[in-house]
Amino acid sequence: MAGQLSAAFRLLPNTLGQHVILSLFALLLGVALSLPLAVVAARHPKVRWPILALASLIQTIPGLALLALFYPLLLALAALTHLKIPALGFLPSLLALTLYSIMPILRNTVAGLTGVDAAVLEAADGVGMTASQKLWRVQAPLAAPVVMAGVRTAAVWTIGAATLSTPVGQTSLGDYIFSGLQTENWIYVLFGCAAAAVLALVTDQLLGLIETGLARRDRRRLWTGAILLLAGSLLAIAPVLAKPHARYVIGAKNFSEQFILAEAMGERLRATGAVVETRQGLGSAVIFRALQAGDIDAYVDYSGTIWTNVLGRRDAPERKAMLAALATTLKAKYGVVLLGPLGFENAYALAMTSQRAQALGVASIADLAVKAPGLTLGSDLEFLSRPEWSALRTAYGLNFKASKSYSPTFMYRALSGGEADVISAFSSDGRIAQDRLTVLTDPKGAIPAYDAVLLISPKRAGDRSFQDALRPLIGAIGVEAMRAANLSVDRDHDKMTPAQAARTLR
Amino acid sequence: MALPLIALRNVGKSFDNGRTFAVQGVSLDIPAGQCVALVGASGSGKTTTLKMINRLIAPSAGEVRLDDQPTSGLAAPQLRRQIGYVFQGIGLFPHMTVGENIAVTPRLLGWSGPDIAARIDELLDLVALPRATAARAPSALSGGQQQRIGLARALAARPRLMLMDEPFGALDPVTRQELGDAFIGLHRRLGLTTVMVTHDVQEAVLLADRIVVMKAGRIAADGAPRDLLAGHSDPDVAALMATPRIQAERVAARMAGA
Repeated sequence: MAGQLSAAFRLLPNTLGQHVILSLFALLLGVALSLPLAVVAARHPKVRWPILALASLIQTIPGLALLALFYPLLLALAALTHLKIPALGFLPSLLALTLYSIMPILRNTVAGLTGVDAAVLEAADGVGMTASQKLWRVQAPLAAPVVMAGVRTAAVWTIGAATLSTPVGQTSLGDYIFSGLQTENWIYVLFGCAAAAVLALVTDQLLGLIETGLARRDRRRLWTGAILLLAGSLLAIAPVLAKPHARYVIGAKNFSEQFILAEAMGERLRATGAVVETRQGLGSAVIFRALQAGDIDAYVDYSGTIWTNVLGRRDAPERKAMLAALATTLKAKYGVVLLGPLGFENAYALAMTSQRAQALGVASIADLAVKAPGLTLGSDLEFLSRPEWSALRTAYGLNFKASKSYSPTFMYRALSGGEADVISAFSSDGRIAQDRLTVLTDPKGAIPAYDAVLLISPKRAGDRSFQDALRPLIGAIGVEAMRAANLSVDRDHDKMTPAQAARTLR
Repeated sequence: MALPLIALRNVGKSFDNGRTFAVQGVSLDIPAGQCVALVGASGSGKTTTLKMINRLIAPSAGEVRLDDQPTSGLAAPQLRRQIGYVFQGIGLFPHMTVGENIAVTPRLLGWSGPDIAARIDELLDLVALPRATAARAPSALSGGQQQRIGLARALAARPRLMLMDEPFGALDPVTRQELGDAFIGLHRRLGLTTVMVTHDVQEAVLLADRIVVMKAGRIAADGAPRDLLAGHSDPDVAALMATPRIQAERVAARMAGA
């Protein structure tokens, strides 16, 4: 536990700094957008309702969805304008969080401006103020405490929601939460939650000082809050600014094996003196696009996934033929280099507890098809929408009583807990051996091969030193080694961090 | 006759694009130095008429002339900076000190710092408040003191014309009388021209040189208090103007022990 905590603290300067930069800019942008909108809304009752309704509507979109929506939006925008707009990382996170911060600021500012005593407004006109003098000398100072209360709410929301920017490739305090959830590292999850909560609370208190300073016209209080806030932000941001800019970015999907392999690649590259950063928790569809766009430089994918999801193929050729076809097609169509297979396979496999499999007399997927109408399928979040599942269903006529989706870790829990009878397991998963699961055979060969392959972005296609640093990983990782490494991260006791597990692969 | 300081020429106001008129065909010449009270029932158009003079309400018809120049030639804020305005709501700026409140219009007009500071002291003397009041917050003052500051703020840029909308309406009777007397003293001393809206006929009779009675958006009577108190052909005007006398008679009867 002490080891996990100290590992978490070592990452903190970067995660906290990135989190603060993102939240700060989103909030500043939110304020800059909300204030003029609020002035317009306060002056013109006719547009007030639509503006406030739109802001509320944005607020009803779940934070994670809002962040994810900016990915295709920016991709489309980049395609439309032929500009190099990054669709992953800081930009989509910033835009989504900015939108998220608008509502409380907008609503409070409108309330603050329209709530100014009518007699005071009449006096402002009576003494000869112009409309803008009335706004700046009377309405703005009187509304300021209410506006500040809105900024406080927005700050707390933004800091909380910024943890959700991890899946779109932006480093944040959410890194602990998302990787912790995947590897059942509850210390990481709690650490991420606590760090975000402390950051939100401190920010809230400092903004509160500014708010009461404004309300009580107490300049000392106001400046104390403002200076502490500025100093704290600079202090948090400093390590990120001081850090050399990452030269290589390694991508990882959202499960333990990917975290470990990203660390293994990072370690190889760092050994050559390069500066490396990882973007983890990316979705299957997002990650290939990110590679193609050069947002990440390399990652590990699985041959069958690329074959069906990216190339849209429905057939399942033999392993070697598929690898050869992939290498040529990816290069020709996307400029992506397939450096080679790592030496193990992580196929989708249907698995059951051995007791249940024996009791039902099921050994193959063909046997399963007979019993399926009485059984519940537990799958990961993507499986049911993947072409592999439709291929499998068509080949065997699978028809389950019910199906439930889980994050990978919880899927295994569901199987051992009896909530699911069959799960879409992964063949390299350490839990297959640990939980004594029976992997059902695929006599019709409906599931394509899933060799782990190292993919290189078009941007790095000509980078010899980069490829040479990664090449030793090709053919070097057997399925047993991978399973053991995965288990060391996923198990409940003596958990390793992905970086520690990566070192066991050597 | 000398030119009037302020002249209303057939002024009218409609709030519904000309279907009905809150004020219609009002013409009024007010010579410099006069204190005119606009009286009348609620909704008779007296406040609307007053606010059309400094364009807090824009006239729909007719013309308002200040010093024989149409006021429409000036932007409304510029016009208002030349005219003092005091109203029942007082409307002191709560985020400014008393001194800053008084200094608002001189500041808008770009007076120098020392001139403004001297003017604040002068005005506090004028409205009979200690000079130290300048540093206090408006909320720390009583209602009567607040309206004295309202008066000082209106007088700050040395306007010749004062517009007052029920200026003492929200004050208790003692303060009200005190402040009314104080104001009329200032009016004479500073040679102001004042147009005051009040629903209190007694106040109008006691303070004004001239009373204009409004009825349904038009002028129903216009004369010296003594003349109007003597009676009028319009029964509503006569009834309204009779109220101070009837009240005085009742009070006298009570005092006699009735």
